[in-house]
Amino acid sequence: MTDFSAAAATDATPIEPTLPDGWELVVGLEVHVELDTASKLFCGCANQFGSEPNTNICPICLGLPGSLPVMNERAVELAMTLGRALDCDVRRSVMARKNYFYPDMPKDFQTTQYDQPTNSDGRLVLGDGFVVGVERAHIEEDTGKSTHIGGGGRISDAQYSLVDYNRAGVPLVEIVSRPDMRTIEHAKAYVEELREILIATGVSDARMEEGSMRVDANVSVRPHGSDELRTRCEIKNINSVRSLGRAIEYEARRHIDLWTSGSAPDQETRHWDEEGGRTLPGRKKEDADDYRYFQEPDLVPLDPAPETVAAIDAAMPPLPSARRAALADATGADPASVALLVGRGQDELALAAIAAGADADKVVVRLVNDLAVDDWSKVTATALAELVEMESSGAISATQAKQILADMTERGGDPAILAAARGFEAMDTDELETLLDGLIADNPDEWARFTSGDDADHKKMQGFFTGQIMKATRGQADGKTVARLLAQRST
Amino acid sequence: MTARDIAAAVRSGDRSAVAVLEEHLDRIAARDEELHAFNLVTADAARAEAEAVDAAVAAGADPGPLAGVPIALKDNMCTRGIPTTCSSKILEGWCPPYDATVVRRLRAAGAIAVGKTNLDEFAMGSSTENSANGPTRNPHDTSRVPGGSSGGTAASVAAGFTPLGIGSDTGGSIRQPAAFCGVVGMKPTYGAVSRYGLIAFASSLDQIGPFAQDVADAAALFDVIAGHDPLDSTSIVDFEPVASDALGRGVDGLRIGVVRELSGGEGTVEGLSPDVLARTQEAVVALEAAGATIEDISVPSATLGLSAYYLVAPAEASSNLARYDGVRYGLRVDAPTTGEMNTASRTAGFGPEVKRRIMLGTYALSAGYYDAFYGKALKVRTMMLRDFAAAYEKVDVLITPTAPTTAFPLGERTADPMTMYVNDVCTIPSNLTGHPGISVPFGVGDDGLPVGVQVLAPALDDVLTFQVAAVLEAAGGPR
Ligand SMILES: [Zn+2]
Repeated sequence: MTDFSAAAATDATPIEPTLPDGWELVVGLEVHVELDTASKLFCGCANQFGSEPNTNICPICLGLPGSLPVMNERAVELAMTLGRALDCDVRRSVMARKNYFYPDMPKDFQTTQYDQPTNSDGRLVLGDGFVVGVERAHIEEDTGKSTHIGGGGRISDAQYSLVDYNRAGVPLVEIVSRPDMRTIEHAKAYVEELREILIATGVSDARMEEGSMRVDANVSVRPHGSDELRTRCEIKNINSVRSLGRAIEYEARRHIDLWTSGSAPDQETRHWDEEGGRTLPGRKKEDADDYRYFQEPDLVPLDPAPETVAAIDAAMPPLPSARRAALADATGADPASVALLVGRGQDELALAAIAAGADADKVVVRLVNDLAVDDWSKVTATALAELVEMESSGAISATQAKQILADMTERGGDPAILAAARGFEAMDTDELETLLDGLIADNPDEWARFTSGDDADHKKMQGFFTGQIMKATRGQADGKTVARLLAQRST
Repeated sequence: MTARDIAAAVRSGDRSAVAVLEEHLDRIAARDEELHAFNLVTADAARAEAEAVDAAVAAGADPGPLAGVPIALKDNMCTRGIPTTCSSKILEGWCPPYDATVVRRLRAAGAIAVGKTNLDEFAMGSSTENSANGPTRNPHDTSRVPGGSSGGTAASVAAGFTPLGIGSDTGGSIRQPAAFCGVVGMKPTYGAVSRYGLIAFASSLDQIGPFAQDVADAAALFDVIAGHDPLDSTSIVDFEPVASDALGRGVDGLRIGVVRELSGGEGTVEGLSPDVLARTQEAVVALEAAGATIEDISVPSATLGLSAYYLVAPAEASSNLARYDGVRYGLRVDAPTTGEMNTASRTAGFGPEVKRRIMLGTYALSAGYYDAFYGKALKVRTMMLRDFAAAYEKVDVLITPTAPTTAFPLGERTADPMTMYVNDVCTIPSNLTGHPGISVPFGVGDDGLPVGVQVLAPALDDVLTFQVAAVLEAAGGPR
C-alpha cells in the first residue's frame, strides 16, 4: 500500500517552491475515482482490478446492439455519500451522453452527467482551514483500456492496439474543484484530504497506483493581485501526489516563462512526463471538442427523496477532519502525528485504548512509531491499553513494548502472556539498584565524570552506565528507571 | 386460421406444431422470392422449437398461450446465435450472443420464430426500400411498397406466411405498414414492452409492438409481450395489461374525438388523400352507430410533430449508431489509422438514408445549433404532451387516418426524402408523446388497396385501443 497521507505527514515542514516574484498560481483539480461497488455501473459484471483482459464483460458493458443500461443503485448511493461528505447539494440529476469516437469506448459515447449532476456546490476544508470549492461531483462510466503495440506506445505510431474492456462501465465519480488553490501544498493537501474522505466513507479505495483515483490538474498563473483567469492547461497522467506537485510547479514556471517573454500558453491538454520531469503537449485535436451532450434516453432521472439524503447523512461515518479534531483533543499530540494516525485509520484504536485507561502520549508514540503496517486488525484496544500500562509502570522497557506490539500485530493476544513467552520478566527495581551500585563501585572514574558537573561528560557517562545496565539485563531494564536511579545516586 | 385457433389446436393436441410450421414454411417457400418479406428464414431452428412444443403437449405440459404459432421477427430484434442485421451491410453476419426480452417472452409463450424480416435500414424509412437487401413488396399489389419500416413483418402477416409478427415503431413503423398491407398493427405505450434487445434507432421513441391479421390475435400477442422488464430502465413498473379480455366491451358511452388537424378538418395537414379521409369518416360513423359519442377535437401542435420528430429521432440515432465503428463487430474496412478505419467502415456500411439522418442528428446536437434545433424539438414535444392531455380531458380516444394514402408504387418517393417523411404525419405524434396507437384495416381506397384507421389513447390505455379497434373491425368494409 502506498500511503500518500503518511508520506506527506511525516515530511518535515513542506517547503513551497517559490515562483518568480509577482506571479500567483491558480490550480483547479479534476479527480476521477472508481466507486467501490461489487458490480459495474450499468450491468452485473464484476468491478474488479487486475482480472485477465476481457473477462469481466457482457453485452451491456460491451455496448452491443440492443443492450440497455440499468443503473447500479449502490453506485448512486456511494456517489451521493461522497456528495454529502463534500457538503454538496444532492439534487435530481440526469445522465447524459458525451459523444466522441474512441476505440476503448464501446458505445462511442460515454454515459456521464452534464448540466444536471448528482452533487453540486460543495466544499472541502483542508487541514489548515483553507476552503476549496467543489463545483460538482458527478457520476459517469469508465472507459476500457488500450495498449498500443509498437511505435513507442503512442496510438499514432502503433502497429496495432489491444483493448481490454474490463474497465469499461466501471462506476466513477468525477470531482471537479473550483480553481481556488494558490499553492502547490494546497493542491497536494486537497488530494490527500479527498483521498482520506473517500476511504473513510467507503466510497473508493482511492489507489492512485492502480488508477482507482486519477488526478488531472488545471494550471494557470496570473500577476499577483489580479483576479483574472488566464489560459489554463490541463495536466494528465499524474500518478502520485508527489508528481502532482512537480507537474504543477513545472507547468506554472512554463507559463510564467511564456508570459514574461511576451508569448502565451495555448489552452491544451498536456501529459506529465515523470522521467523527464516535464509536461508534454497531448495529441492536437483536429476539431474543437463538441461532445453533443444530450440526456441519456435509456435511463431515467435520479430523483432522490429527501428521506434518502437524510438517511445518507445519518449513516455518514465521522469524516477525517472530525476524527483529527477528536484525536487531537484526546491526546494533545502534534498535528503531524494526529494526521498520520487518522490517515492510517488508527485513531479509533488509539481513542479506545485511551478510554480503557492508557496514557495518551504513550499510545500515540507507540502507534506512530511501531504500527506502520497494513494490517493491525489483531491489535485490540484493551490489549494496547494493557501494553502501554505495562510500559508506563516500568514493568517492561520501551524496547520490550515495541517487540510485544509486533507480536500482537502478527498474532494478537494478551501482552502479559506475550511478555512472559519472550521471557520478559518484570525487572525488579531492587535488582536494578544492586546492579547499578555494583557498576558504580567497579567504575569509579566514570562515576566521577558523571558527577563532575561537566554537561558533556555527564551525558556521555549516562550513556555508558545505561548501556552497561542494558547489556547486563539484555535490554530488559526500563531506560527511564535506570535514569531515575542514576540521578538519585548523583545527588 | 387465426393464431388463437392454431394455439388452441396445438395445445389440445389436435394439430402438431410441426405440421403447422411446415404449412407456413411452404407458403414462404412458394412466394417469398417474389415478396422478400424475410432477410432470413430459420427453418431448422423453427422445427426444433416446434418439436419442443409438441413434446411439451405430449408430456401434458402447457407450452403457452401462443403454442405452435409461427411468428415473424423484424430483423432488428436480437436473436441469440442468429444473424441480426437491421438490413444493414454494417451488421452483415453479426450474431448476437443474447436474445431480446421480447424473443424470450415469445418462446416462453410457445410461439415459433420462423425468421427475420426485412426493414428499412436501422428502421429508417417508410417503405422498406432503404434495405441493403433490396425492397419488400406489398402482397396486395407487388408493384407497391408494403410501407415501413416494419414492411417485412407486415408483408409476412398479410401474405399468410405467419399469423403473427413483431415490429418496432419509432414514428409509425408498425402502424403505417399495417395500414398499407391491410393488417392490424399496434404501437404500445412507451415502456409497455421491453426494448432490451431491440437494436436502437431513437431510444426515446422506439417501441416494439404486435402485427396480426385481426384485432383479437394482435391483442393475444400484445398480452404476451407487454409487461415489466428489469433489463429496460424505461420499462413501466407494475403494468401488466390484458387486452384480450376487453375486446367484447364495445364503445357504448365512450367519448371519441376526431383530430381536426389530422383528419381533414380545419387547419389539417397537407397530403391527406380524399379516399383515406372518407374511410376515416365512415369509421367515425360506425363508432357513433355502436353507441359512442363523437367530438371534433383540436390538437394544434399535432401538425408540428413531423418537424420535431425529424430532429429528435436523427439526434438520438446519431449517437446510437456511433458504435458501428469497425472496432468490435460488423463490417470493418481497413485503413492506416483507427480514425480512417472508422470512417471507411461507416462509409461502406451505412446506406444513404442512414447517413443522411446521422448527419442531420449530429448537426441538430452541435454546439451553437442545439437550442435552435434539438432544444426546440424538445419544447414541441412538451407542448404536444400538454395538448394531447387537454384533448384526453374531453374524450377517451382519438381517431385519425393511419397514413395519408394507400400503398404507393415502389420507387415513387425514393428520390425526395420529404415526400417519404410526410407518410408518418399521423403516426408520429404518439411516438413523441409515448401514447399507444393501433391501426386497423377499414375498407379500401380508390385503387382497391387497404386503408387503415388509427385509434389513439392516453398513456397506459393500451387496452382501450384494442377495444375500439375491435368495433371498427366488426364494422369494417370488405377486406
Ligand atoms: Zn457487463
